[in-house]
Amino acid sequence: MSQTDTSNAGTSGPLTTQRKGLAALELDMRLIGMIAALLVIWIAFAAFTDGRFLTPRNIFNLTIQTVSVAIMATGMVFVIVTRHIDLSVGSVLGVCSAAMAMLQTQYLPEIFGLGSPFIWIFTVIAGVIVGTAIGAFHGWMIGYLTIPAFIVTLGGLLVWRNVAWHMTDGQTVGPLDPTFAIFGGINGTLGETWSWIVGAVLTAGALIMLVQSRRTKAAHGFPVKPRWAEISLGAIFTVSILGFILIINSYQIPGPRLARQFAARGEVMPEGLEMGYGIPISALLLIVIAIVMTVIARRTRLGRYIFATGGNPDAAELSGIDTRMLTVKVFAIMGALCAISAVVASARLTNHTNDIGTLDELRVIAAAVIGGTALSGGLGTIYGAILGALIMQSLQSGMAMVGVDAPYQNIIVGAVLVLAVWVDIIYRRRAGL
Amino acid sequence: MEFGTPLVEMKNISIAFGGVQAVDDVSVDLYPGEVVGLLGHNGAGKSTLIKILSGAYKADSGEICINGTSVTINSPRDARTNNIETIYQTLALADNLDAASNLFLGREITNSFGLVNDDAMEAETREIMARLNPNFKKFASPVSALSGGQRQSVAIARAVYFNAKILIMDEPTAALGVHETQMVAELIEELKRQGIGIFLISHDIQDVFKLCDRVSVMKNGQLVGTENVADVTEDDVLGMIILGKQPEKAA
Ligand SMILES: Nc1ncnc2c1ncn2[C@@H]1O[C@H](COP(=O)(O)OP(=O)(O)OP(=O)(O)O)[C@@H](O)[C@H]1O
Ligand SMILES: [Mg+2]
Repeated sequence: MSQTDTSNAGTSGPLTTQRKGLAALELDMRLIGMIAALLVIWIAFAAFTDGRFLTPRNIFNLTIQTVSVAIMATGMVFVIVTRHIDLSVGSVLGVCSAAMAMLQTQYLPEIFGLGSPFIWIFTVIAGVIVGTAIGAFHGWMIGYLTIPAFIVTLGGLLVWRNVAWHMTDGQTVGPLDPTFAIFGGINGTLGETWSWIVGAVLTAGALIMLVQSRRTKAAHGFPVKPRWAEISLGAIFTVSILGFILIINSYQIPGPRLARQFAARGEVMPEGLEMGYGIPISALLLIVIAIVMTVIARRTRLGRYIFATGGNPDAAELSGIDTRMLTVKVFAIMGALCAISAVVASARLTNHTNDIGTLDELRVIAAAVIGGTALSGGLGTIYGAILGALIMQSLQSGMAMVGVDAPYQNIIVGAVLVLAVWVDIIYRRRAGL
Repeated sequence: MEFGTPLVEMKNISIAFGGVQAVDDVSVDLYPGEVVGLLGHNGAGKSTLIKILSGAYKADSGEICINGTSVTINSPRDARTNNIETIYQTLALADNLDAASNLFLGREITNSFGLVNDDAMEAETREIMARLNPNFKKFASPVSALSGGQRQSVAIARAVYFNAKILIMDEPTAALGVHETQMVAELIEELKRQGIGIFLISHDIQDVFKLCDRVSVMKNGQLVGTENVADVTEDDVLGMIILGKQPEKAA
């Protein structure tokens, strides 16, 4: 019998003897593949745009463009893992956005007075309640009435888009509350110092987790990775996190804009001052959601049951899992995330528009699937979905920058989606997953 | 063998799927420390009968008593509350999860934050597997990567781990090798000594004769009869299975 394997579920293939070289890192090969694809895309576009694609400015923009779809994609992972689908996310985003726009421009100012800091808080809370309720309602129809998710959410796609239209009389609603608008990206950033602090906290968190996990494994007498492999992993995490902060921080706020900010505070801008935007608050939101969703997926019973149900619904039920209620919860989470995406998307436009979120369902599903979520259920990762969203957005923005017309962009994105899934199928077959 | 209150009594159980009367007015019982074999041809209704006890199906009519008191078992959760554990014929494993996650599915060990403690579960799993199937080493792989016998070991481990009082084994050794089958036989003997009652479904009459105290034979959803193993021959039981007739009682 060969050496015992380490206990990194999901990523390990058949047993091998002592893992050597790169294999000792026990990296998820699929993850490596995605990162490689992303790098290829980035380098190719950088080459075609004389490096413009990889400037701090464009990376900043890419980040804020990815957030809305990426947030929803993390929820779509749970939906697809439980063998369902949600075609309604774009419309649910639209209806949440409409509800929040009406609240903050028409109703709440009358209660709290224009410009009150309560406006944005109540708006966001109300939006999340609306999204969660719609999602839970979908989940109830799917779980308890046993109507297929495809049909329920196809209906939802039509219904909610037009409920949004009804709520706003088909008008664009805006401008939105200025505090609310900080969730949109460029209007709300952390500044350089706070960005470094966030980077330091994230790095420390990642390193502590590595050490902690190694300790408990050793305490239980489980095999652990070689020390050098663990240290390399830590180094990779550190460099990626701090590198990202460094790049984002080097995107400078344009002089006139900075001067206006000082003027607004009644101060005079010191001569020759330069300041970076820092991490957008929307990106921070995505990071927090990614962490929370990953913890749910891996470390909570809810997450365990989601994956168990996706792997074998009958087995889950025979283990006493209430799969109907689970469906309600999964779709409620999806709805809540649509609402949060609605905050980001409408804040970014500083307006609610009729077509906000249109076709997002396709981007979100594509992101989850490119990110390795299997439509047959039971398999998928949160980080994969976010990377998937980033790959899709990189393709789209890159082509726009190169000057590819929108219809051709769509042709390529569609083809890439199919290609990515095909490659994934081949990979899984080879890896025996 | 039969004395005191039975651990389990299933009385006049019936269930139909559409037009098929899968179980028709069947009564069986089980005493502590006893192994009752359920025999019958394919489709006789054995799995369906025990799935009613394990909460997977709800009987159309009939009564279940545990230790003499009538209980309602509407879900697998209810069965677990009554200390009933089941090894299903289909094993009922989530293929995408590893052995430990399957073993503890629905009953995860959590830490003080309510988060699942995978390391603790893996440690427990390693311990019990060392008893059941010492060759088992694939603790990190999803169970889809296991052999049929290894999967069966995981399912057995899950049923035994949680201190069942009533154990249902639906063809537990169907995929096991000679050695592993022997280990399950020893396990059954040990559980018997601990006073656990076991329903054992098997197509292997020799196994049944070796392990069981009584056998209940089913045919076409109906109970042909229940006999003490000591009082009948293998041929008698074969006759019951094939002909659906009780053996002539020796005077
Ligand atoms: N979920 C179901 N829906 C419809 N019919 C069913 C269902 N489960 C069982 N049946 C039917 O009930 C009858 C009894 O099936 P059961 O699985 O209990 O047989 P069994 O005695 O366990 O057979 P085997 O030895 O092949 O496992 C069969 O005719 C089967 O087709
Ligand atoms: Mg059966």
